[in-house]
Amino acid sequence: MDTLLQQLINGLTLGAVYALVALGYTMVYGIIGLINFAHGEVVMIGTMVAFTVIVSLAGSGMPPLLVLGIGLLVSVVVCMVLGWALERVAYRPLRHAPRLTPLITAIGMSIVLQNVAMIIWGRNYITFPPMIHKQIYDIGGASFTNVQVAIVSLAAVVMLGLIYLVHRTRIGMAMRATAQNPHVASLMGVDINRVIAMAFIIGSALGAVAGCMVGSYYEIAHYQMGFMLGLKAFTAAVLGGIGNLAGAMAGGLLLGVIEALGAGYIGDLTGDILGSHYQDIFAFIVLIIVLIFRPSGLFGERTGDRA
Amino acid sequence: MNGRARPSSSRQRHWLGFLLLGVVLLAVPFVAALGGQAWVRIANFAILYVFLALGLNIVVGYAGLLDLGYVAFYAVGAYAYALLASPHFGIHLPFWVILPLGAGLACIFGVLLGAPTLKLRGDYLAIVTLGFGEIVRIFMNNLNAPVNITNGAQGITLIDPIRIGDFSFAQTSSFLGVTLSGPQKYYFLLVALALLVIMVNIRLQDSRIGRAWQAIREDEIAAKACGINTRNIKLLAFAMGASFGGIAGGVFSAMQGFVSPESFSLMESITILAMVVLGGMGHIPGVILGAILLTGLPEALRYGIEPLQRALFGRMIVDPESLRMLVFGLALVLVMRFRPAGLWPSSQRRRELAESAG
Repeated sequence: MDTLLQQLINGLTLGAVYALVALGYTMVYGIIGLINFAHGEVVMIGTMVAFTVIVSLAGSGMPPLLVLGIGLLVSVVVCMVLGWALERVAYRPLRHAPRLTPLITAIGMSIVLQNVAMIIWGRNYITFPPMIHKQIYDIGGASFTNVQVAIVSLAAVVMLGLIYLVHRTRIGMAMRATAQNPHVASLMGVDINRVIAMAFIIGSALGAVAGCMVGSYYEIAHYQMGFMLGLKAFTAAVLGGIGNLAGAMAGGLLLGVIEALGAGYIGDLTGDILGSHYQDIFAFIVLIIVLIFRPSGLFGERTGDRA
Repeated sequence: MNGRARPSSSRQRHWLGFLLLGVVLLAVPFVAALGGQAWVRIANFAILYVFLALGLNIVVGYAGLLDLGYVAFYAVGAYAYALLASPHFGIHLPFWVILPLGAGLACIFGVLLGAPTLKLRGDYLAIVTLGFGEIVRIFMNNLNAPVNITNGAQGITLIDPIRIGDFSFAQTSSFLGVTLSGPQKYYFLLVALALLVIMVNIRLQDSRIGRAWQAIREDEIAAKACGINTRNIKLLAFAMGASFGGIAGGVFSAMQGFVSPESFSLMESITILAMVVLGGMGHIPGVILGAILLTGLPEALRYGIEPLQRALFGRMIVDPESLRMLVFGLALVLVMRFRPAGLWPSSQRRRELAESAG
């Protein structure tokens, strides 16, 4: 029982991060139908920038929470600029190209970002300075830390903010209109270019927040960390039905929990034949099973055939 | 074939072109050897990638099924060879048994992946194939316990080279006064295999099956309405692409003498896909060009960037390995930016693009 609870807590923490990254994928996909393969790298850059800022401010005598806040803010701003630049350089010129072309530029940008990060931050793991006083709480035999609480609650706040933005503001309305039908939306006076750029910018900002969370959770960052994280988050987005905001959130949480439970129980279930290093497989196996029975994801609309 | 009448002068030019190509293909291993055997190996890899890219071209270019886990089949072929011709299990079967076996095994995997995912389309299919590729890689990484099958991350070493009787492809030998090193011999084997896959691609392109694939690619419902059994035809594309991947894997295994899961990462799948798309999807010469360029470019950069930095700045400023990949990534972006249909698209595709843009 305590394993179950413990893995649920860990899964929710990780799931909150997946959900935030997945939102970045799903927003872009919902509006222009493109897999932004470089999104994982944006998250990585976000973590790296936050680490750099926090490390350089750590000795300044400022209160730790303020330092963390500045780190988060700087990384969000840098990622927003990066997301905007990505869209301008790699995607906008190719909006009418064959479908696979932007996929290749996305992959190219992802390689570029990864190697830029390696040139700037080096090949080694960067460790998070011990800034936060970690407190451990116990409930029913399981434990969680204040960092986990902060991650989950910050994620919840950010997601609520996003829902408000998409459903209650003008730009949100423009986004929903563009997602439904870009051509008609532009006839109604929506500036499509601006909406698409906004999707990239907001997605990247969410990615930066997620990156800071991952960084403070694992206390470690590496230039290749964005790849697997991006892959998992994308899986989460597809699991929930790509293009669907609520789907991405649910998919992320679900994926985090499944992974944690899988890693916790696979040894018991298979008589220790398969160990927890098979953790990464769960995401994909669950994804394949879900897609076999619900080809458009859990919450995706059953669209007809796309030409 | 299709009864196209050519003026005789053009046909002559055609043959002249083939002759020239033949001479170039023959000369490559000897010219490359002047720069050291490493360059012959690079040429070998370029041809291996031509083979792989043409295999993937069947799935992506012809049938329009976006497969991001192609490397899984390559891995299956490679491990099949490695396990059946190495001291790991003490089995040493000859290559003419293993290569077809590996191809068959990869084919089964292709059908296994294809069957449940046929309903999916576009990007959903892409992510499932990607997941499949990762699953295969993770299993190869971890199947060393409780029973040691794949030897985990260390991989399998001392794999037998391809051998016909006493003639081994790994050693230097000479015949008719020409001395051929191991890599040079593999080069000719690979060229032969590549010609085979090119033939298959050309013959498939205008065949009943090939046209069915293209029909599915353009509009699946219409294809179905025309009486095409889309399920079987799509499965066939998966199976055929996978078999080619399996053969390539076997040859890779024999050529390297070593396999490990590291060679079969997602990045590898992506690189092969990039070759197909960058060259010109569905167009055989384009795909070949894409494969050769994307194998050659990183290698050329590897040898070019270090001296260039020294010449410009007098010392190494940036880690050459990351700079090399940086340039590679930029090249991908720029090529797609200015030639969205690929470097050498088929004339039909170019026309369609011009129409849709206008």
